[in-house]
Amino acid sequence: MADHALHHDDHPHGLAHQFEDMPQQKESAVIGMWSFLITEILFFGGFFATYLIYRSYYPEAFFEGSSHLDIPLGAFNTIVLIVSSLTMAMAVHKSHEGNKRGILVYLTLTGILGLTFLVVKYFEYSAKIEYGLVPGLAWHPHGENSPQLALFYSLYFGMTGMHALHMIIGIGLLIWVFVKAAQGTYTAEYNAPVEIFGLYWHFVDIVWIFLFPLLYLLGLQAGGH
Amino acid sequence: MADDHHGPTVRIYLAVFASLMFLTALTVWVAYQELGMFNDVVALGIACTKATIVILFFMHVKYASRLTWLLAGAGILFLLILFAFAMADYVSRGWLGMPASHYLQ
Repeated sequence: MADHALHHDDHPHGLAHQFEDMPQQKESAVIGMWSFLITEILFFGGFFATYLIYRSYYPEAFFEGSSHLDIPLGAFNTIVLIVSSLTMAMAVHKSHEGNKRGILVYLTLTGILGLTFLVVKYFEYSAKIEYGLVPGLAWHPHGENSPQLALFYSLYFGMTGMHALHMIIGIGLLIWVFVKAAQGTYTAEYNAPVEIFGLYWHFVDIVWIFLFPLLYLLGLQAGGH
Repeated sequence: MADDHHGPTVRIYLAVFASLMFLTALTVWVAYQELGMFNDVVALGIACTKATIVILFFMHVKYASRLTWLLAGAGILFLLILFAFAMADYVSRGWLGMPASHYLQ
């Protein structure tokens, strides 16, 4: 019991025993998150490398496939994610001030924007199913380049689907951080969980920054090739 | 409150946000122009610029320790190795009359 009392006297709120002080603990958390993000970069990197290879093999099919994607919806979702990155950055900013209400407000906005993105994605996927552009499930194209077109749509669903899964996981994590924040866990000194969740959220935004031009905007040049 | 945690200020966040929105509009506009192969170059250049801005400011790497720089850099370095080695293989497959090269025709 004496140890317990000592713990509360000597340790700031949220500081684990193995760390010297709060900045060292936070630095470790950030470095740990970046280590995880390296694996994420290479995970999505595999998708992008596959895209690069097959696009260089079958440019016409990729232009055609891309021309069936909805640019206004894709652009809208790009804007939604950029705004959500701003609100996420603001939530982290408020956590540095230990401003509980600020964290909750900006996390709520971030969550709403994340859900907006997923709802738009739902409508896009529904349209693809309706038009029979889902390889293996509802596939209608019968032209000469149907297999190559299916390759484009496999990559489209693989990449945007895995990105959407990351968004869903992100919203789950957001709810967890929100509940912790509502309980008053985070202070101006202890806020590493908000910070590293922010890193995850921004990473998912960056993936979309590359997906949007590579998948959606490509088809505008279909006539030029 | 004074900015005592060496992170970006709200003003910087808003400037970053405005740049990202501008670059998004620019990438859509450029996609409508006929630039041949340069459409890809410009689109990827803009996407890389946007990603760099997000990493430096929203993800605080500009204000972070050198160890964090090292980790972020390592991720990008290994991504480039992945692309370079994969493409070096696939692009060069048809160059020599190897037994399997007819599969690519």
